[in-house]
Amino acid sequence: MYLGLAFLWAPVLLLAGYAFSADRIPFQWGGFSTRWFAALAANDRLMEAALLSLRVAAGAATLAVILGGLAGFALARTGAFRGRAVFGALAGAPLVLPEVVTGLSLLLLFVALAGLTGWPAERGATTVLLAHATIGLAYVAVVVQARLAGQGREMEEAAASLGARPLVAFCTVTLPLMAPALAAGWLMAFTLSLDDVVVASFVSGPAGTTLPIYLFSRIKVGLTPEINALGVVILGVAGVALGLAAWLLRPRRA
Amino acid sequence: MAPGEFLALLGGSGSGKSTLLRLIAGFEAPDQGRILLDGADLSPLPPHRRPVGMMFQGYALFPHLSVFDNVAYGLRRDGVARAEIARRVDEALAMVGLEETARRKPHQLSGGQRQRVALVRALVRRPRLLLLDEPLAALDAGLRERTGLELRAIQRATGAGFVMVTHDQAEALALADRVAVLEQGRLAQLATPMALYERPASRFVARFLGAANVLEGRASGSVIAGPGCALRPAEAVPDGDAAVALRPERIRLVAAAPAENGVAATVTDIAYRGDTWLVLAEAGGTTLRVTLPAGAAPPAQGAQVALAWDAASLVVLRG
Amino acid sequence: MRGAVALPFLWLLALVAAPLLILAVIAASTAADGIPPFALPTGWQGLADNLAVLADDPLYAAALLRALVVAGVTGALCLLLGYPMALAIARAAPARRPVLLLLVLLPFWIGFLLRISAWIGLLRDEGWINGVLLALGLIAAPLPMLYSDGALLVGMVHSYLPFAVLPLFAALTRLDPTLEEAAGALGARPAVAFWTVTLPLSLPGALAGFLLVFIPAAGEFVIPELLGPPEAQLVGRVLWTEFFQNRDWPLAAALALALLVLLVPSILLFQRLEARA
Repeated sequence: MYLGLAFLWAPVLLLAGYAFSADRIPFQWGGFSTRWFAALAANDRLMEAALLSLRVAAGAATLAVILGGLAGFALARTGAFRGRAVFGALAGAPLVLPEVVTGLSLLLLFVALAGLTGWPAERGATTVLLAHATIGLAYVAVVVQARLAGQGREMEEAAASLGARPLVAFCTVTLPLMAPALAAGWLMAFTLSLDDVVVASFVSGPAGTTLPIYLFSRIKVGLTPEINALGVVILGVAGVALGLAAWLLRPRRA
Repeated sequence: MAPGEFLALLGGSGSGKSTLLRLIAGFEAPDQGRILLDGADLSPLPPHRRPVGMMFQGYALFPHLSVFDNVAYGLRRDGVARAEIARRVDEALAMVGLEETARRKPHQLSGGQRQRVALVRALVRRPRLLLLDEPLAALDAGLRERTGLELRAIQRATGAGFVMVTHDQAEALALADRVAVLEQGRLAQLATPMALYERPASRFVARFLGAANVLEGRASGSVIAGPGCALRPAEAVPDGDAAVALRPERIRLVAAAPAENGVAATVTDIAYRGDTWLVLAEAGGTTLRVTLPAGAAPPAQGAQVALAWDAASLVVLRG
Repeated sequence: MRGAVALPFLWLLALVAAPLLILAVIAASTAADGIPPFALPTGWQGLADNLAVLADDPLYAAALLRALVVAGVTGALCLLLGYPMALAIARAAPARRPVLLLLVLLPFWIGFLLRISAWIGLLRDEGWINGVLLALGLIAAPLPMLYSDGALLVGMVHSYLPFAVLPLFAALTRLDPTLEEAAGALGARPAVAFWTVTLPLSLPGALAGFLLVFIPAAGEFVIPELLGPPEAQLVGRVLWTEFFQNRDWPLAAALALALLVLLVPSILLFQRLEARA
């Protein structure tokens, strides 16, 4: 257990620690300094890529929650309908397809679409967003379906017996039941999008340099301490988000 | 506990009956005290070294092993020779009529069959003591009575000591040689089923077994001033606060209440229970439970009735 | 109710089914000069030709095989390291489990590329490990660790470990704890009880964990690019090169299709395990 945790944490902690080293070579100690954080803030291309990534991730996660929530609800509640097996297989496919296959096939779709309809004229943030929303959809659908399957139909049936029309029952009972799964799904889709290199590399164009694409090209050339500093910033944001989530989900007395 | 005895641990939820069983089996360690088996302290031994078998409430049959391998599991741990294992497992399965199912997996068996596999799996190592945690609780009501009697027959045939945990008093009374009633971790009474039912030692035992009426009052000269009546038990009662138990089936309807061991009461509720009528009658602020044979015509709700009982039916409670 | 199905269904048809169909069509095409650089297929001959090229040229077959081997070894290592972790978390007091799970997952929030870059910083010739070993006098010259199979596997295992831990943890917590107690009551020492009861019953979870690592790892191309030996390429990288540099779209599509077909048994097996759990 501790061996495994050490293996997981050692590189991360070393990376974080050396972010505060003044030395120009990463992972060399040159005295305490925050100069790389300043350099990070001054790196326009990186900041631009990060901003674009956040926007794409938020958009993709929101789309994924809407579509995936509907898909999960349909799979858990609507029973048999024509094409259900196909629907289920398609919703599960992005979870199990290797990223290169997803990326290449989506790229080919966008190229074919551009040839037929003229849209998208240029691949970039929009195509990445569509791709990420599709992958996120699959994750959200799985979480939502599991949550609803675990709850049974009694709740909706109780609402119906109390006089709620199906749409009212959905809004007042099913949707609140789905809410934790939707929130978890949004976060999953968001982090997935922020962390994706492969699919984004395939479907993006010159105007769509997301943070992972930028970092990938930087790291291929060589390491800089700025990247360590970026790691510290991300860990800090993750820590704050985690604390916030723990505070929001803290056990409350009934 | 005597060798070869069938002992039932009876108590409600939270009474500590399962904890006691887990202590004997070794899954939990006692804070203090010792657990003796034939004079030897079991406490320092881990579960697998104790000469004690256990049948779990959910049976805990290994789902990946066949019935045969489940039953053979303990013998293999003991290093018994292959041929001997086959002989003893076949013999054990034959004892409960499951020879045909040896190759099946637990999920292919009915509830009653699983119960019997769990029983012989625990018995086949010939433990000196077998612990049974609610052995009949998972069975259908119809199966429970017959399986219980089979359980007792197997216990007699093997001569192993059985300790059975149950929350069902009828089960405990019907099967066990002696019953230990537990109340919040304490032993409330240990007695044979008949003695327990006829002579409960405390208010708790009296109420828990057969829902006896417990009548409170002040005793003076062996007469207790109870709720609206005078109670004179056959045995002597020390002066002061006193309580007696009176079984519902020992109360009779009479034409006029006697001065002692009788009371005038108002019927508040009646319920038909197949073999009996249950009558709730209020007297002196206390509700009495009375059971009458189903053949008799029951009193109407709200009727004034006279009730009486024998002095020998009153059991003086000491706790 | 109808809308709940129609909207995501159309989306999935457009963005999952259609792309795979196009992939298959292009895999059956023949390469040609022009934009786009292929001629639409006239029959199954094109697909057969492309697959024949893949089978004949050792570069492609080797890249596919190597990717499967690397993914398999990664999966096995993840199980080896992840099983004790999942067991420790499953056996921990219920109040401590979320904290331990979080400790397993939190390093992932820093991002996949940054973790790989940390490994580069540790493993390269002038990296942290070599620096420490040199300073301690244990070695005279830096050990060449980066751009090796070892570095590749370290990075892969580090990236995919939680995918193995989570299903294992789920499988182990699903097990009825009285089963091991029953084994104990039947005379099995704790180690024997684990070996004869817990381990066999957790095998489906272990297989699911292995597949959850194996399937995505087979197509991985960022980690091999950054940490692995440059001369031995995996299928993901070869596919990228064929598509973007050699502009041989049909061949790249055929390669993707071949990878997919090789993984289909694993994918189906994984989905069956999930459905049963």
